[in-house]
Amino acid sequence: MQLTREARCAHTRCEARLSPFTRTLLALCVIAAPALGGVLPEDRADVLWHSYNGGDITIQGPSVLVRKKVSDNLSLSANYYEDMISSASIDVKLSASPYHEKREQWSGGADYLHGKSTYSAGFITSKEPDYKANTSYFAVSQDMFGDLTTITLGYRRAWDRVFRDIKTPGGVLENDPTFHQRADHRGYSLSLTQILTRNAILGFNYELLTDQGYLANPYRKIRYLSPGQGAGFTLADQVYPNTRTSHSASVQLKYYLPYRAALTGQYRFFRDTWGIRAHTLELDYTHPVSKRWIFDTSLRYYRQGAADFYSDLFPRANYQNFMGRDRELAAFHSYTLGAGASYQFAVPGVRALSRNSFNVRVDHLMVDYSDFRNALLAGSYGPGNEPLYKLNANIFQVFVSIWF
Amino acid sequence: MKNRIAAIAALAIAIPALAGSASGPAPQFTLAARGGRDVSLAQYHGQVVMINFWASWCGPCRQEMPLLESIYKKYNKLGFTLLGVNVEPDSQAADDWLKATPVSFPILYDKESKVSKLYDVAGMPSTVIIDRRGKLRMLHRGYKPGDENEYLDSIRSLIRE
Amino acid sequence: MRVAPVKLMRAVTAALLLAALAGCAAPTPWVKPYEREHFADPIMSFNRDPVSSTYLQHVFETREGARGATGSVGGGCGCN
Repeated sequence: MQLTREARCAHTRCEARLSPFTRTLLALCVIAAPALGGVLPEDRADVLWHSYNGGDITIQGPSVLVRKKVSDNLSLSANYYEDMISSASIDVKLSASPYHEKREQWSGGADYLHGKSTYSAGFITSKEPDYKANTSYFAVSQDMFGDLTTITLGYRRAWDRVFRDIKTPGGVLENDPTFHQRADHRGYSLSLTQILTRNAILGFNYELLTDQGYLANPYRKIRYLSPGQGAGFTLADQVYPNTRTSHSASVQLKYYLPYRAALTGQYRFFRDTWGIRAHTLELDYTHPVSKRWIFDTSLRYYRQGAADFYSDLFPRANYQNFMGRDRELAAFHSYTLGAGASYQFAVPGVRALSRNSFNVRVDHLMVDYSDFRNALLAGSYGPGNEPLYKLNANIFQVFVSIWF
Repeated sequence: MKNRIAAIAALAIAIPALAGSASGPAPQFTLAARGGRDVSLAQYHGQVVMINFWASWCGPCRQEMPLLESIYKKYNKLGFTLLGVNVEPDSQAADDWLKATPVSFPILYDKESKVSKLYDVAGMPSTVIIDRRGKLRMLHRGYKPGDENEYLDSIRSLIRE
Repeated sequence: MRVAPVKLMRAVTAALLLAALAGCAAPTPWVKPYEREHFADPIMSFNRDPVSSTYLQHVFETREGARGATGSVGGGCGCN
């Protein structure tokens, strides 16, 4: 029997895509997983109000999350998040003007449970006047070794569109029609959780991220020494590499204390192709009191080395191929002290409201830059001699959670 | 050819774990029960006995309890009994939960995990069915909605023996 | 750094298969299922309040050079 030309082509295409080896392995992954459960996340709804205040920036807004099982095996979730930004930060004051803007983010996800495997997929889309981002992700999670171990593999892909607002002669902020850039991102992650003893559990995360495209900030500028002009320095456009690859690995250890409390220690190491090396250390303590109250305290220490192409003040114009002055890429260290209180309550008579909590959390962030100076004071101190910049911020969260 | 061998070998390892069979005489035990008395498995020789290992902290266990209660009520007069073995070292949480969701079948406390070890409990919840002659006939690990049909099939056929 | 898709697919499926098989022919768990009550306690969860921890991660990620390995997936932003 002669196959039609179409059928022959289709047959060949199918063969070429996945080798028999891979197809067999994939099929086995589905069949071989024994029929004992992993567990889907609980149904819940959370409404949060967040507020960040520091360094002359205020960012506030809501975050709403709803998660519900729609069948025995499928749990869906959706989140709306908003940032209302009022910024007169040191960067804005140096090279732009104070602004207000709103960033909105919507995300949706699904988790599907099949035996000991959980398949997750989702998307996140965000929009602000000068930036549009879309992210999609997929992950597979597998319980093994008598459910003592869980391994998760994840993949994500993001597409960003970068725009720029400029001030018209009339003083109105408008999109610059000549500025339209793209940035693409890919991420691969591997996580593991391991029950060590009756009281201790270990978590491990590794993530590889790659970025390509326009990775700079269109509003920030570098500065270079120019004696006799203005305050002694001149601003110029940043030039960033158009690729970035980073590796980060973290370890978390959670320990149950016999009087019912939990102690968590975390460490993360980060390094990337821009020359940044960073360490994060965090200690958390959770202490319930009676059946209704849970108190949390945390201490986070972060230390970062500057990117290769970063400098607070370049010696002259076009000093090197890549130049940046974003303080996010500077050398600095920070401490964050946090405390939270959670009150568990039930609404009698309403079945869906039998488990709820009201929560408040405060974090205080203190950042000390080692090579980022307050350029606004160049007139008094001379460029390159201004005091190093310090930043203190207060982060406040209040939220209500309902498990229904 | 290599792929086929690999595939067959993989399945050969995988398939035995899917089965949930048990065999041999059911290990005997005596445990303290809710209500104060001691209860032993030997008391129920001649009846079909279903033992359900559960804990108040285990979601699927809590989900399963009302179904176990209805199975108990339906078949209790036909020579069937259900023993709920609670595996928690401190039974306070279990008692609190039972006050809110009462059941009528016996609840036994296995505080030292003696019986859990005897029955090689490898998942929560675990359900074991023992026939009238004291032999293990079914072992089921975990619970997802629909599993109760498996229990019912087993119970119905064992009651008729 | 770009890993060839075919090699990555093979590595991923092999890892998944190993994971699936490991669930079957496994070493005896040294913490029995009936000994895991502490891990059912919400205070022992790695992510007890996802809205709150995702928000804090977003705050740090937009102000620091480091990113990743936190367990949460964030969206992009042009945060200054």
